[in-house]
Amino acid sequence: MEPTTGWYLALAAALFVIGAVGLLVRRNPLVMFMCVELMLNAVNVTFVALGADLNDVGGQAAVFFVLVVAAVEVVVGLALVVAVNRRRASATADDLSALRG
Amino acid sequence: MEAAVFIAAAAVILVGAVGVVGSRNPVHSALFLIQTLLGAAVLFVLQDAHFLAAVQVVVYAGAIVILFLFVIMLLGVDRAMRLDIEPIAGQRPLAVIVGVALAAVLLTVTVVATGELTGVRRAAGERALDNGLSDVERLGRVLFSQYALAVQATAVLLTIAVVGAVVLTRRHGGHSGPSGEET
Repeated sequence: MEPTTGWYLALAAALFVIGAVGLLVRRNPLVMFMCVELMLNAVNVTFVALGADLNDVGGQAAVFFVLVVAAVEVVVGLALVVAVNRRRASATADDLSALRG
Repeated sequence: MEAAVFIAAAAVILVGAVGVVGSRNPVHSALFLIQTLLGAAVLFVLQDAHFLAAVQVVVYAGAIVILFLFVIMLLGVDRAMRLDIEPIAGQRPLAVIVGVALAAVLLTVTVVATGELTGVRRAAGERALDNGLSDVERLGRVLFSQYALAVQATAVLLTIAVVGAVVLTRRHGGHSGPSGEET
């Protein structure tokens, strides 16, 4: 038996939901970034599955761009975390309110 | 055979994802994230996206997670966080409710929509994207013809990100404040 596209989409949905719940529950900004990565990976799995199913290499091209943007997002986000952490010695997402104007 | 690989990879991915969310120590979260990313790479191989699988391992598991670990070590936040305190009342139950609703919506869309996708579907037994070229070649042709402008924009974006990260993490002044000598 060969896994159909629906299997991949269901797995991606589960992965996306786990990432979203983690993003809502956790307060450590680093772990929240990791949860964002989980959600992006769920989307990547969807892109590749549908691209294979529809015989369109554009799905893989989209994953390529998602990878680049994810790397950029992590770089800037971690720089922000480091900058905030330099002023306060704790690491919860609530302390990011220090970024306010 | 493929179903067995899929189920194994799916188990690895989901266990890793739950581990990322549930670990008290951020270092453990990062390691579980690597597990999830490797599972996704296996799924990419299963769908003949060999180049993306390699990029997934090299860039994601190799670079991004290492960046996470660097920052965790740099900030010294590798001590365990207490998961039992709840700063905003009702955040956890609300998050679970939102998660269940999201899962219901996504699974419904998945079940309903998979039969109604438009496009040229591959025939049963046909390998995906199989017209004589390797997937690297196909992806390269598309990226540097159809998406050439987007690739250029990606380069600009990466440059901006590097500059922004340097600006954000640089200490101000350099000789006026007490923190200046640490640069």
